[in-house]
Amino acid sequence: MKFIGHLDIMRYFQKVMRRADVDIRYSGGFSPHQIMSFAAPLGVGLLSNGEYLDIEVNSTDSSAEMVRRMNAVMSEGMEVISYRRLDDSAKSAMSLVAAADYVLAFRPGKEPEDLEAFFAALERFYAQPRIPVMKKTKSGEKEMDLKPLIYRMERVWAVPDEKCLTAAPDCVGASGEAALNEKKLSVIISGAVNEPSDAVFLQVCTGSTDNVKPELVMKALYDFMGLELAPFTFQAEREEVYADLGGSGGDSRNLVPLEALGEDIEQTDRYPA
Amino acid sequence: MRKLALDDEILLSVQQPARYIGGEVNMAIKDPAKMDIRFCMCFPDVYEIGMSHLGIQILYDMFNGRDDVYCERVYSPWTDMDRLLREKDIPLFALESQDPVKDFDFLGITLQYEMCYTNVLQILDLSHIPLHSADRTEEDPIVIGGGPCAYNPEPLAPFFDIFYIGEGETVYGQLFDAYKAGKSRGGSRKEFLEAAARIPGLYVPAFYDVTYNSDGTIADFKPNNPCAPEKVTKELVVNMDDAWYIEKPLVPFIKVTQDRVVLEIQRGCIRGCRFCQAGNIYRPLREHSLEYLKDYAVKMLKSTGHEEISLSSLSSSDYSKLPELISFLLDEVKGKGINISLPSLRIDAFSLDVMSKVQDVKKSSLTFAPEAGSQRLRDVINKGLTEEAILNGARDAFLGGWSRVKLYFMLGQPTETEEDMKGIAYLSEKVAETFYDLPVEQRQKRVQIVASSSFFVPKPFTPFQWAKQCTKEEFLRRAWLVRDAFQEMKNARSLKYNYHEADLSVLEGVLARGDRRVAPVIEEAYRRGAMFDSWGENFDNDLWMAAFDACGVDPDFYTVRDRDLDEKLPWDFIDAGVSKEFLKREWKRATEETVTPNCRQGCAGCGARVFGGGVCFEDKN
Repeated sequence: MKFIGHLDIMRYFQKVMRRADVDIRYSGGFSPHQIMSFAAPLGVGLLSNGEYLDIEVNSTDSSAEMVRRMNAVMSEGMEVISYRRLDDSAKSAMSLVAAADYVLAFRPGKEPEDLEAFFAALERFYAQPRIPVMKKTKSGEKEMDLKPLIYRMERVWAVPDEKCLTAAPDCVGASGEAALNEKKLSVIISGAVNEPSDAVFLQVCTGSTDNVKPELVMKALYDFMGLELAPFTFQAEREEVYADLGGSGGDSRNLVPLEALGEDIEQTDRYPA
Repeated sequence: MRKLALDDEILLSVQQPARYIGGEVNMAIKDPAKMDIRFCMCFPDVYEIGMSHLGIQILYDMFNGRDDVYCERVYSPWTDMDRLLREKDIPLFALESQDPVKDFDFLGITLQYEMCYTNVLQILDLSHIPLHSADRTEEDPIVIGGGPCAYNPEPLAPFFDIFYIGEGETVYGQLFDAYKAGKSRGGSRKEFLEAAARIPGLYVPAFYDVTYNSDGTIADFKPNNPCAPEKVTKELVVNMDDAWYIEKPLVPFIKVTQDRVVLEIQRGCIRGCRFCQAGNIYRPLREHSLEYLKDYAVKMLKSTGHEEISLSSLSSSDYSKLPELISFLLDEVKGKGINISLPSLRIDAFSLDVMSKVQDVKKSSLTFAPEAGSQRLRDVINKGLTEEAILNGARDAFLGGWSRVKLYFMLGQPTETEEDMKGIAYLSEKVAETFYDLPVEQRQKRVQIVASSSFFVPKPFTPFQWAKQCTKEEFLRRAWLVRDAFQEMKNARSLKYNYHEADLSVLEGVLARGDRRVAPVIEEAYRRGAMFDSWGENFDNDLWMAAFDACGVDPDFYTVRDRDLDEKLPWDFIDAGVSKEFLKREWKRATEETVTPNCRQGCAGCGARVFGGGVCFEDKN
């Protein structure tokens, strides 16, 4: 699925809605289209464990039933995890998106020779007060500071699935366990790895105003280390997408997964939205 | 997760990686180890074209309906992927299992147009299968060709083990059974081909020898193996409702040419246009019942989730239950955001009414295919469309709000005169005048008429199979003459004229009526880099001409030569239903400018009646 571009993913879901008989709303006009929007387009080559799309429906079954129906007509590599109800007044996911989590794992054979030195450099990189990068714009390039847009950047221990997590420390292995204990690494489940391994975790500003792509951050990191970032060094997976509900203070963030904004539909009778 | 044959570095460095990963909705998933037969079905063009082809989808679904067969797919890797596969020496693989094509039992290649012939060689080459049937061993797949171009398979004869002549739904089962029987007996490749040659409709080219006269024409064409019949009769489905059809078509991830449900409403054509190969080889016309089509339309829309359904057939207006079918579909799709895409219908009150319901009149255009500019030439080609019908249809359409018209013509048909050519401009002008003659308040402000002409390529099994084709220079002279005529029209500003590539049509003519001596030229052109010849940007005529030169083959022999009615034609060993006597009769009537009535007006005795079904028996139940 990572080879399919965003526009084709949208077309794919339009067809899913019809195959699963979702009572989706259509726009008016001569060629009506489904009322559907994606929170944040995912680039080709990226995996994801947390994509969101909004749809408007005329009627619906329970969340569990709708998830079942859609997954019954899904192709391998794509799964609906959750189906939740939003208020009619809710803003679209697209307009709410504020941040996203990414795990970047070294592709097999692309690991740095000295892993410890790499992560030490990563720590120094993120500790800088400013991280200037050149960003391409329509009218050329301009300098921007990445630092305030990277909300978290750290070394994590990535495991491929749930089974592996519960089976730890067996699954983690001796070196992994040591790393976890000494460095107090967070453990994260991510499809970006096939085996439990060290990875980079990134939480970055996402959305229409300041959209930070993980490649941009990694490119800056490699520049900082004085190295060339070879293509296909990392496999990235987007893990979660957040809205910012704002804090009590002026500039504090209160990030909540988009998932948390909706509520489960429990009753099994179809009810009109 | 399914394994992929290619790694991310390759897939993410080519255009449209989705062409190579399979995994589409409704893809067949089976355990290859448990199958007796692995069949790889190929459309020798890029994925987006190949995935749009209905025939392959039908056979794919039908083969996978068997418990002992796993049918998978492969398409021509685009030039970027072609380069990478060669560079890294990766054998071409099927989309489903991602296993190399060379490990399959069969490679089936559909031949839909002549300009894909070099792509056939690309597929074999990238699969690491010997290009020549004679060089293949017990380890190599059986390479079988089918589709309309198999009606003259000779230019491809050395590259195929078997050709399937006719409609695919009928004898593949027999072929598979013969293969299994041979395999369990430990029989050889040759023994299997002998068994295949005994199955009706199957042609094994290695079992025939050709000799030539000193003038280059064919002296003799004879079987050299007792299993091979003198004549190979085309296979066809007698009762369409009994034939296999798809309930769950594949749904590609990327947008393909035919991104919709395709409902085949009938097969064959009653019209008898004398240039048209499809209209002859698919005779007789056989309809699906209305109930059948309603059922499949609903099932396929549901199983695919497509937002559009299109009706497919030759001359769809001749489908006897068309109004009922369309009104059913209109009801069915109401409020579901599904479009109905209409085939090109004969423009009349009925079709205009339907079109106004399913499309935006202001944005859509009307299409007429007069094929020739004058009534005289339309009589020669037996195109039963009159100027009066065109102008009346256009007038009604203009009153209904349409203001864009497309007109399709062919240049270079037999007996064409300068008057006939200029007739293209005159007819276009008359359509424009019809528009401007209407009171301003009853029509749009301006009309736009686009006339296009292709160049006529004589095809086997048509009354024009003996016709002399024009040279490239003559084609262009005619196109320029038409172009100049357009500039003299009063409403020239409302008219636009386009014409196709001339050298492509000449080459198509060689391949269409070629014999076995053309095969080395195709191979030589491929060796020199010809591929995707139907894609303008890839077609290199000089390269082809150099290949003809290198092989000592004169293309003019196949195109501009006068053929005697008694000449042995390369495809004469095939019985396509329409008899040679009928084709000769029609060729003669053409020169006499005599129209032949369509099948429903009166039987012309074409020969297709022997199949025992379809329009030939419509009123005789």
